[in-house]
Amino acid sequence: MALLEVRDLHVGIEDCEILRGLDLTVNAGEVHAIMGPNGSGKSTLSHVISGKPGYQVSAGQILFKGEDLLAMEANERAANGVFLAFQYPVEISGVTTMNFLRAALNAQRKARAQKEFSTPDFIKRVREVAKSLNIPQGMLKRGLNVGFSGGEKKRNEILQMALLEPSLCILDEIDSGLDIDALRIVAGGINALRSPERAMIVITHYRRLLDYIVPDVVHVMSKGQVRKSGGKELALELEACGYAQFEDAA
Amino acid sequence: MPAVQETVERVRRIDVDQYRYGFETEIESEKAPKGLSEDTVRFISAKKDEPAWMLEWRLEAFRRWLTMTEPTWARVNYPKIDYQDIYYYAAPKPKKALTSIDEIDPEILKTYEKLGIPLREVAILEGVEPAPGGEQTPSRKIAVDAVFDSVSVATTFKAELKKAGVIFMPISEAIREHPELVQKYLGSVVPTSDNYFATLNSAVFSDGSFVYVPPGVRCPMELSTYFRINERNTGQFERTLIIADKGSYVSYLEGCTAPQRDENQLHAAVVELVALDDAEIKYSTVQNWYPGNSEGKGGIYNFVTKRGDCRGKNSKISWTQVETGSAITWKYPSCILRGDNSSGEFYSIAISNGFQQVDSGTKMIHLGKNTSSRIISKGIAAGKSQNTYRGLVSAHRKATGARNYTACDSLLIGDKCGAHTVPYVEAKNSSATFEHEATTSKISEDVLFYCVQRGLSQEEAVGLVVNGFVKDVLQQLPMEFAVEAQKLISISLDGSVG
Repeated sequence: MALLEVRDLHVGIEDCEILRGLDLTVNAGEVHAIMGPNGSGKSTLSHVISGKPGYQVSAGQILFKGEDLLAMEANERAANGVFLAFQYPVEISGVTTMNFLRAALNAQRKARAQKEFSTPDFIKRVREVAKSLNIPQGMLKRGLNVGFSGGEKKRNEILQMALLEPSLCILDEIDSGLDIDALRIVAGGINALRSPERAMIVITHYRRLLDYIVPDVVHVMSKGQVRKSGGKELALELEACGYAQFEDAA
Repeated sequence: MPAVQETVERVRRIDVDQYRYGFETEIESEKAPKGLSEDTVRFISAKKDEPAWMLEWRLEAFRRWLTMTEPTWARVNYPKIDYQDIYYYAAPKPKKALTSIDEIDPEILKTYEKLGIPLREVAILEGVEPAPGGEQTPSRKIAVDAVFDSVSVATTFKAELKKAGVIFMPISEAIREHPELVQKYLGSVVPTSDNYFATLNSAVFSDGSFVYVPPGVRCPMELSTYFRINERNTGQFERTLIIADKGSYVSYLEGCTAPQRDENQLHAAVVELVALDDAEIKYSTVQNWYPGNSEGKGGIYNFVTKRGDCRGKNSKISWTQVETGSAITWKYPSCILRGDNSSGEFYSIAISNGFQQVDSGTKMIHLGKNTSSRIISKGIAAGKSQNTYRGLVSAHRKATGARNYTACDSLLIGDKCGAHTVPYVEAKNSSATFEHEATTSKISEDVLFYCVQRGLSQEEAVGLVVNGFVKDVLQQLPMEFAVEAQKLISISLDGSVG
């Protein structure tokens, strides 16, 4: 059974159809890259999988671990292992990263009928992961993402991903706004989380990211559909020829 | 964040229309005839066994009040109040004079139990003697002066306070037992002619608390009063007077609840604080009076005058308030910074939901040299409520080196509420430094989705964001009250999303 199975998905906002019959199968242990021009529906796909309100699904289905994902609330999906690393992480003042993480982790554990983490264990774990991502301890005590640089915000997303241990990680333009050093750190953090039980969907415009996070499968999206799928060499082809060749494929 | 989760669980158990503190206690009460006249004033004064000077003081205020008109500048709307349709005095009928806790009507004690919030105090009320071995950890003791409708029914810890020389008693008793102190300070911060509601209070106030901390004494415990409005159609007019003599310190907490009623009830209190040289007063309020039902019917009208006078040099007065209740709130706890190097603080969380209207803020009047003040105001508006911050910071010509910092933040939940900020700033000398920062934000869909994507429910997400928003102010409250205030905040915002 595939971890994630998207079948003939049609999604719109108000009267505008964005996804027009999208199919996608992702197995545990795989890393999929989704590339495509602006407006092709990449972010919409990540939002619909993670349960952002405001989208209308007019046809199709999404199965996650064999269950109907669209029937679940967004927080249930999170507890079941869906994680979205946001393109634009929000700022929440007065709520420290540490407290936010604890609230999120314990909410998920509660939903899964697991025991809450003890505070010392939790703090120890956060510190370890933070260190590996080059996140200073002081940042954990500041308001979530408040005053963080673009690179710090993205590292914070990976920190959360590492602690919440999801089975499906969707990374929406995790490389946007990162300099080369930050990109290396973030990619290192993501690679460290690759495992046979976990799948990742990496959404990006640029091949560069895929030099660091080598995908098993590359998909090209255009006009709300997957137009072509292939191995990592497809990314190189895209860089050479651009997206234009896929625009008219339908 | 276990506190947040606990909050959410509590919220879930509570129906939106179900004001937790809505119940009546059936006890016989003794009321003055309805309406307001010189006779009412005389009746109250006589009930209290007051000396002639006190009656004169009240009558003067009453005559003044007749010439005044109700203020209309606040951003609140309410039907005209018929001042002749209100009972101005209601006291639970005591079987005899109370000398100990055991003599309190068990019905009244039950009421306190139901209130939930003062449960801790009820425990104290019931176990006056310290627990064995409790002697060495007296740090969190709280003395309670409970005002049930208009009369103080119990004052605990009197003896221990007496040992320290602290006077803490109902003001009606203080008028009889310490007339020299009362005469010297009553009305010296809020004069009888001050404003419509304060003048009304001066004429008909029924009870309240009196605190005097002698020179150099650090009050050994937190002092606390719970006000509760029980009788139908009674106004509650407390009068509180706190004096911190030279070099002394006192922390005072006031909490309020009112049973659920259809009619609107009037509350017009006056609180006066006096801090002499090097003295410090910390005054905290947690107010959760009945805000009216989901259609905006009923609720308390809260017109309160609170003012502190930093009369001595190096004195300090700090107001902290958490306002979640009342249909209408009209309240501006203020500081007069008269002594050189004195400082004033105002930390406020004002939450409005449903049809509540809040017009609240502070005044910092800099008169002495090198005085400083700090204002941190957090307004949260949800439902169809209107939430206004109104504040004045002024520096007198002679107040050289005056400094103020103001931060005024508003948070909107939903799109049918309003937040307004009305700051007045007057600097009459060039050496004053005033800073003002204001923000208005909304709990956006993006923030909510971010939290929900991480596994939190909608309610948990709102609770988390709101608690973060008010954190700076909650930290100012005494520990145990901060935890309660946190719960109260979430209860008040129940049903504000989704």
